[in-house]
Amino acid sequence: MSKEEVRLFIGPQHPGITGNMSIELLLKGDTITWAKTHIGYLHRAFEKLMERRIFIKSFPLVCRICVPEPDTNEENFARGLEELAGIEIPERAKWIRTLVLELSRLQMLIMWYGGIAGSMGLSTPVQWGIGDRDYILDLFEELTGARIYHIYIMPGGVRKDLPDGFEEKVLRAMDMIEKKLPEYDEIIMENAVVQKRLKGLAKIPKGWVEEMGITGPVARACGFPFDVRKDSPYEAYDQLDFDVITEEGCDVWSMLLVRRREIDLSIKLIRQIIDKMPKGEFLTRLPNVLYWKIPSGETYVKSESTRGEFGYYMVTDGSDKPRRVHVKGPSFIHGITLAERLLVGQNIADVAPILVALQTCPPEMER
Amino acid sequence: MGLKEVLKPLGAWRQIARRPHTILVPTIKREAAERYRGFHVNDLEKCIGCGTCAAVCPNEAIDMVKVEGFEAKKGDSGYRPRIDYGRCCWCALCVDSCPTTSLKMTNEYIWIRDVPEDFVYIPGYDIKGFEDKEKGYRKDKEHGLTNYNRVPMRELDPGERVKSFAEVVIGYTEEEARKEADRCVGCGLCIAGCPDRMHIPDYIRAIASGEYERSVNIMYENNPFAELCGKVCTRRCESYCSIGHEGDPVAIRWLKRFATERFSDLKEVIKVRKQEPKDKSVGIIGAGPGGLTAAYYLSLKGYKVTVYEAMPEVGGMTMAGIPKYRFPFPSLKKQVDFILSHGADLKLNYYVDSEKFRELMKRHDAIYLGVGLMKPWNLGVPGEEHPNVIYAIDFLRKVNFNEPVEIGKEVVVIGGGDVAMDAARVSRRMGARVTIAYRRRKIDMPADHEEIEGAEEEGVEIWEKIIPLRVEDAPEGKVKLVYGKAKMVDQGPGKRPKPVLIEGEEYEMVVDRIIVAIGQQADLSFLPEEIEEKLEVERGRIKVNERQMTSIPGLFAGGDVANRVADAISAIADGLRAVKGIELYLKGEL
Repeated sequence: MSKEEVRLFIGPQHPGITGNMSIELLLKGDTITWAKTHIGYLHRAFEKLMERRIFIKSFPLVCRICVPEPDTNEENFARGLEELAGIEIPERAKWIRTLVLELSRLQMLIMWYGGIAGSMGLSTPVQWGIGDRDYILDLFEELTGARIYHIYIMPGGVRKDLPDGFEEKVLRAMDMIEKKLPEYDEIIMENAVVQKRLKGLAKIPKGWVEEMGITGPVARACGFPFDVRKDSPYEAYDQLDFDVITEEGCDVWSMLLVRRREIDLSIKLIRQIIDKMPKGEFLTRLPNVLYWKIPSGETYVKSESTRGEFGYYMVTDGSDKPRRVHVKGPSFIHGITLAERLLVGQNIADVAPILVALQTCPPEMER
Repeated sequence: MGLKEVLKPLGAWRQIARRPHTILVPTIKREAAERYRGFHVNDLEKCIGCGTCAAVCPNEAIDMVKVEGFEAKKGDSGYRPRIDYGRCCWCALCVDSCPTTSLKMTNEYIWIRDVPEDFVYIPGYDIKGFEDKEKGYRKDKEHGLTNYNRVPMRELDPGERVKSFAEVVIGYTEEEARKEADRCVGCGLCIAGCPDRMHIPDYIRAIASGEYERSVNIMYENNPFAELCGKVCTRRCESYCSIGHEGDPVAIRWLKRFATERFSDLKEVIKVRKQEPKDKSVGIIGAGPGGLTAAYYLSLKGYKVTVYEAMPEVGGMTMAGIPKYRFPFPSLKKQVDFILSHGADLKLNYYVDSEKFRELMKRHDAIYLGVGLMKPWNLGVPGEEHPNVIYAIDFLRKVNFNEPVEIGKEVVVIGGGDVAMDAARVSRRMGARVTIAYRRRKIDMPADHEEIEGAEEEGVEIWEKIIPLRVEDAPEGKVKLVYGKAKMVDQGPGKRPKPVLIEGEEYEMVVDRIIVAIGQQADLSFLPEEIEEKLEVERGRIKVNERQMTSIPGLFAGGDVANRVADAISAIADGLRAVKGIELYLKGEL
């Protein structure tokens, strides 16, 4: 650090930071010359806790690994256990799970859409994003019994069937959100300030994507059609008709474009799911969960979260507790490896939009 | 980019004219969804304190606590869940695993207090005002975490059964047994139902995890007749099973049968530690399940044990009374051989009269009396001494010992207990048409419902509310039963209705044999006078203390002759209790 440089921490208490993490910066004037991500503010030892708990007791735990999008965790955990224990789940359960995952993705994206505007000081869309997300949280409340921590996708299927008239309510909510989206576009996408600030911001060299293992919308904004839903379909995704969305700009604007188009894609997928949802059983009876032992084995299950590839590496040893559960969150790469390099050379005012665009989620970095 | 992009965002002003869709709490109260996971409620009457909720809670938010001013009913631990809302994560695993479905969640989510202690409470006991809420997360029995459906037991076809004395119950396969055992939640309420306090959840869990040898070893810790109980136990444990409140109780009896039947040589399986031989000796009169249980554990403790049996075979009522289609002889032999292999001496055909009793009292340091009830109750009607009126226990004994017995083509069995069912079903196997005449209704019968169903499947007819009046001779070597009908008179809440004869009506039936199965009584006439004088007897049973000692020091008693339950497992329990009593007595501590 030279005498011309200033050392500055952004976070953990800072409105521009995405969760409980901080970034230590060296600044030369307004320009960042060095960046380091610091985590450790919310270490909750999920992975270690799971090793000490019987399988069913981890089921209400895993959703807490990502607050805004808990269902990916539930789904991965459940699918991993099913694979290890050799449990077949009913067809309808797969479709309900897919519906929940897409609803979850949609509410996350809407909140994000408002959030990216908020990171540039546009506070109106933030309120809209939070407010409109509630349409989906209402659906979750009705379906699962809770708004945030659904604890719904359990090993064997899903906990409860869709309530009466749920499909219509979902479609109505989709219509409502779709009607509102042009207004978002008006104040975000078509806003001179946003366009001026985000176009060309934080361009990621294409080589980094494979070098670092970047996934999800960030990779897709660099023209790489990486999407677990398409590449290795899980649940009912193989029966859905959709194309992977890519952009070529590699910058924050492209990431915004990818996510905006994914909102439309999610709505389209939800309509498809409602349309194709089969009738039938939704839960395979588990063995007595208090004494449930799973034969030894290991597996890696992955799914596409809003932030990228989310995976669970699970090892069982024939006992009633997992030997090891490793949670692979995309934010680990995006928030540490990528952010530390990407921030160098950027203006300090752009730290918030860049981090929001990378969509870092600290609990995924410290599980 | 131009002026358009500068002006467009101003479109947000349109919102001013719109109503927000978010709501202002607490000005507007919003009711949560139908299956919302909010504060708990618990139906205290339905709850049995099994503690499954506490076992499944991932946050240890639930403690089982004793509730003041609340009387625990049968099969109820008397404990109730207390929930700490500082730990609860509202996952509702407790609701989904509650076997009685008493624990529920409401859709109430707002509750404001400034005292932290107010957030630790017993739902249903500490009244919070949510108790009557209709909506909230409920357990769906089909999809909850409790498996309510028993793995059905395979049995011989009724048409097949009546042709022979082959065992009716076929038994579980390994897969079936493990599946059935896995239903057990391990609450342990059943232990209170078992007179012998067997370690039921432990051996069931061992079966579920495939450790059959360990399972049988657990059983033998306090029951050397595990296989017998696996076949014919009255299984009061099952009526205490927490899963039985809303579904089928765990098939504890059949699981015990499954595990014990797997091993033909018990010596290789049961690991016992035999103590140093002691110079005291114990005499056991009556080689029934109670006496042999005492003999087993006493010989393991190193005492010299001699068992005296009047009959030519050991087993007592389990040999003489229980039909072979329920309890085959090889099974009894296997268990008895194992018990006797630990050093107990057996004297068969040894009828103890008063002279011999005096001698035994001198020969042994302690005596255990397990002579059972061998004398049948009489009907108490005129003409009962007719040669075609026989008593069920005599009849069953003769059949079991392969002695000739003639019952003809038409039989009526009087009684409604397990012995009546046995007599009826044995008669069916001997080719007779059988009617059971009972003075109360079918639902009042003390017999096991499975026995009643089994008898009916085999073609036994059950007549209700029949009161025998007298027995008369009939031509062609037959016998006539003259009977009246009864009406049931309510005796108030909690009491069995009483059958009262409808006067003035008489009916009759002519049959080949009348089999009387209305109970047995103790026959203590063999005891010497000086003993009989000192021995306290209460309503036909020898009075014993909590260590099974009678009013005479050194004389212990157990089984049917001392308890009123009169089943095998109670006899085994008495035998086990007496072992401790005898040990204390011989050490001079009782």
